[in-house]
Amino acid sequence: MNLVALNSLAKWLASTPASQAIQTSSWLIPTIQTIHILCVATVLTSAVIVDLRICALFDRKTPLEQVARRFLPWIWPVLLLLLLTGSLLVLAEPHRSLQNTTFILKMALLVFAVAITGFLQTSIKYWDQSKLRKIAMRFAAGCSILIWCAIVFAGRWIAYTEAG
Amino acid sequence: MMAWLLQLVAWLENSAIAENVRENDVLFPTIESVHVLAICLVVGSILIVDLRLLGLASIRRPTGSVLNSVLPLTWSAFAIAVTSGGFMFISNATKYLNNDFFICKLGLIALAGLNMAAFHVLSVRDLPAWENSEKPPLKARLAGAVSILLWIAVVTCGRWIGFTMEVR
Repeated sequence: MNLVALNSLAKWLASTPASQAIQTSSWLIPTIQTIHILCVATVLTSAVIVDLRICALFDRKTPLEQVARRFLPWIWPVLLLLLLTGSLLVLAEPHRSLQNTTFILKMALLVFAVAITGFLQTSIKYWDQSKLRKIAMRFAAGCSILIWCAIVFAGRWIAYTEAG
Repeated sequence: MMAWLLQLVAWLENSAIAENVRENDVLFPTIESVHVLAICLVVGSILIVDLRLLGLASIRRPTGSVLNSVLPLTWSAFAIAVTSGGFMFISNATKYLNNDFFICKLGLIALAGLNMAAFHVLSVRDLPAWENSEKPPLKARLAGAVSILLWIAVVTCGRWIGFTMEVR
């Protein structure tokens, strides 16, 4: 999409009654952001705990499959809630996000994080089958930690890289 | 005591480190990002414990083993949150002290600490007696519920500080 189209999309979104309603309220944006952060806490902690366990840095006494079964399923429903609250925030302030490189970067990182988490969740039962698989899983887990942390950083930096 | 504390805060706010955090365009947002990251891990990991205490998650696992596996992560993240929060605080100490949400946040963290202390005194003492039950005794469930509510309130206050205080 070219920048002019993006700009008119943002303009149109900002003019919708729903966007106007959120913008003019004094408490909706902070409240939605708070819910968003609480959901980030849930997803981040679940992902990082499984990643740390894969790297043998957390709860080594519990089998990996058990740790994964306990924490990974939480990620998906909470991620939906994150997309919902995130969409409301975009709707409320479309220029702040859609036309912000940091926001685009955050979304790109999110795609990677989701892909890695999906990969880990589906391949965890085979993890013991070969040395190579183990190394691949550990590498993916390390990447996952870095990417989730980068997502949180990008989220905070959106506020500092607003266009105009 | 109070006057002495305010003097210390003023001295910290005038220090070179505080000035750096205040003036540098990259430093403040970076510290803030670390703070958010640490808070997320603190709240996320405490939620695991609280849900176990409420009998809503990890129910087939003894409560003691949930505590032992998760709490090192909680405390490491908490140390990072306090350190990064401390740097943010000294950069604009006077403004933070005049912000109601900041004061509330500190009070709520203190209450969360008291709740944890009470849990240790009242419930951890006889942990072996109930740690295997799917639904812990009322005193432990209460501690879990209070903890969840307090930490949600802490995050809420934290977010509101950003809307009620200009740091520059």
